[in-house]
Amino acid sequence: MSEAAAAHGHEHEHHEGGFVSTYLFSMDHKMIGKQFLLLSLFMMIIGGVLALMVRWQLAYPEEPVPGMAWVPEPYLYEGIIPPETYNMLFTMHATIMIFFVVIPILVGAFGNFLIPLMIGTRDMAFPVLNMLSFWIAALAGVIMVSSFFVEGGASAGGWTAYAPLSAAEVYTGVGLGQDLWIISLVVLGISSMMGSINYITTIINMRAPGMTMFRMPLVIWSLFITAILLLLALPELTAAMAMLLFDRRFGTSFFLPETGGEPILWQHLFWFFGHPEVYILILPGMGVASEILAVFSRKPIFGYRAMAMAMIAIAFLGWVVWGHHMFQSGMNPTMGMAFMTTTMVIAVPSAIKTFNWLGTLWGGSITFQTPMLHALAFVSMFVIGGLSGIFMAATPVDIFIHDTYFIVGHIHYVVFGGSVFAIFGAVSYWFPKMYGRMMNETLGKIHFFGTLIFFNITFFPMHIIGVGGHMRRIYNPLQYEFLEPLQHWNEIMTIGAIGLGLFQIVFAVNFFYSMFAGEKAPQNPWNANTLEWEAPTPPPHGNFVEIPTVYRGPYEYSVPGEKEDWLPQAQPGAGVAAAH
Amino acid sequence: MAGRQNTAVAHDYVEDDVRTPLRVVEPSEGGPRNPPAAPPVSNARIAIAMFLVAESMFFAGLVGAYLVFRVGSVAWPPPGLPALPLGVTWFNTILLFASGGTMVAALRAIRRDDQASLRRFLWWSVALGGVFVGVQGLEWVRLVHHGLTLSSGPYGGTFYTLIGTHAAHVAGAMLWILFVLGAAARGRYTRQQHDGVEVCVVYWLYVCALWGLLFGLVYH
Repeated sequence: MSEAAAAHGHEHEHHEGGFVSTYLFSMDHKMIGKQFLLLSLFMMIIGGVLALMVRWQLAYPEEPVPGMAWVPEPYLYEGIIPPETYNMLFTMHATIMIFFVVIPILVGAFGNFLIPLMIGTRDMAFPVLNMLSFWIAALAGVIMVSSFFVEGGASAGGWTAYAPLSAAEVYTGVGLGQDLWIISLVVLGISSMMGSINYITTIINMRAPGMTMFRMPLVIWSLFITAILLLLALPELTAAMAMLLFDRRFGTSFFLPETGGEPILWQHLFWFFGHPEVYILILPGMGVASEILAVFSRKPIFGYRAMAMAMIAIAFLGWVVWGHHMFQSGMNPTMGMAFMTTTMVIAVPSAIKTFNWLGTLWGGSITFQTPMLHALAFVSMFVIGGLSGIFMAATPVDIFIHDTYFIVGHIHYVVFGGSVFAIFGAVSYWFPKMYGRMMNETLGKIHFFGTLIFFNITFFPMHIIGVGGHMRRIYNPLQYEFLEPLQHWNEIMTIGAIGLGLFQIVFAVNFFYSMFAGEKAPQNPWNANTLEWEAPTPPPHGNFVEIPTVYRGPYEYSVPGEKEDWLPQAQPGAGVAAAH
Repeated sequence: MAGRQNTAVAHDYVEDDVRTPLRVVEPSEGGPRNPPAAPPVSNARIAIAMFLVAESMFFAGLVGAYLVFRVGSVAWPPPGLPALPLGVTWFNTILLFASGGTMVAALRAIRRDDQASLRRFLWWSVALGGVFVGVQGLEWVRLVHHGLTLSSGPYGGTFYTLIGTHAAHVAGAMLWILFVLGAAARGRYTRQQHDGVEVCVVYWLYVCALWGLLFGLVYH
């Protein structure tokens, strides 16, 4: 790391570019991270509106959606959602939230922003590739959103695109929209491959002097493992997508039974990608929570090595559990037994992580600032989501609750309660370093408590109605007599969802207000140890004035005998002597 | 850094100029003794290795689907559909493997700074690759005449998808070699610095090895 890198940094300092090279086609990892963040927050608004429309239909079936009368036919009929549109709404809600919100924020935005800063280097290994990775992802987003406006509308076969629903137009009435859905995800896969190659190379090769693998912050460990999972999982999905597209357009018969295809093959191919995908969604959140919990408890993370090892274990086990999504597909019961066992086993590393988070909190000097509140919500909601996951891992239980709202509740506790709280925690924790200003603490707390309360009102009752037999993806629950006694839950959940949506406005206001008018942030507002806080705020091109040397692990808080309760990774000596 | 205090409330900011430059760490202050040397494996090599891993997962998906159909069917090829041409494809396979040899020769040439041989062997590789793709194209025309198309059930679908995807990779790799040839003509590569040639050779060899696997699996 060395002179070449240092010279690189200086070069940047002396050649500040114009608007286009600074804000559009920037090769600076921090700007690319911010681009990913803004793009994904915008996509989150679209995904959120789609979710609210789904909720409206479930609570007040076939009544006009307020404020939506302007939407033309055949999407809505004077505000009333027809069944075809309803299928499109839940399909696109899930697709957008998973592929264009959670992954791009946690991996795209924070992966880009944090990796070079936290391992102590000036930029990614391949800055051009990094820039291309963002713009290709943006192109994928444009393709996905444009699919709403073509004849027949956007994809309506569910985000899992089960064949033959997705493989033949006759089942959903969606033509070009489904093709664009496939093409968009293939394009996104290319972007993701570029990003993960960059992350892996950077982390392996460009760490600052003294930054050994086991001195890396856990969030970097989590992003490293996530990048490996993305690198392995996405190409396999791309292969499946190519076959699906060929079935739709070129007359092949991979998944269409009438010409000798195997619909179950799609399920295997999809979930072989899909289950590692679940860990791609949650691992970076686990890393973020580990950072925040240690800093705001003023304690070392409990069991650092166990935390890293647990993530590695999850990355391996994540490949042998995909069949638990398919217990109902008629698979051999012996296979079901094997998948049930592996699924139960993968709960162990997750439990190790939860135990260690609690161990970190135990006896700490906890302060409840916004990032910490989100991290605590992450841990508690993840525990609920994890426990409901164990229910479904057991085949006898799963056969009963499969395809009910129980599983919808589970996924939202893991992905919203887990990943999205981690996103809010990460934004509020690193905002000072990203934009050089503090976020407003009062607005942050209002947003947090509103989100936590309305999140639970929205998603907890899903477990109840799921066990009551409420199917997922049904258009009108009132068509079923046995669901009528549960309908009041649907109304409560919809009111919760509206509240949840309204409180996100507080976040948006706080985000943009603070970006331009927030209190100026000091270099290290949280008294944290990791290297990003050694860089000036906000960090210039090339990040560090001088590449820091790392002397210790990232979580040396409240070291006995030290004057201060934190000991930065880059501070030489034992601390006492060196603190001038 | 004198303003650091032991305080639990992080809002008690240190009144520090936010742009204060980092202090310079003197080697005498402790920490690792030896500054790390250049990484043992270069960025380019790690990146190409990761890229090949991703490519392998992509082909694993396609090959997996192929095996599901092949193992699960009673007759392969199904009645009424032509068997795949073995003789011509053996010839083609030898051509492609020969192009792997010329790529290795190109790498050896630049390692001894022989620019002319580098370019000559790269051209040979492009030519051999071109013949491979061309012969395969002609065979496809013949197969289509014999009634084997994309829509002749899983047999036709898997064959054209799998072999076609590989052919697309050969074509892409040929473009890559042409790009390297352009850079070589401008004198980009030297005995010390020829990562660009090396990753291209590795990728070409990967595509050749992949052909060996697909040939054994699909044609036999």
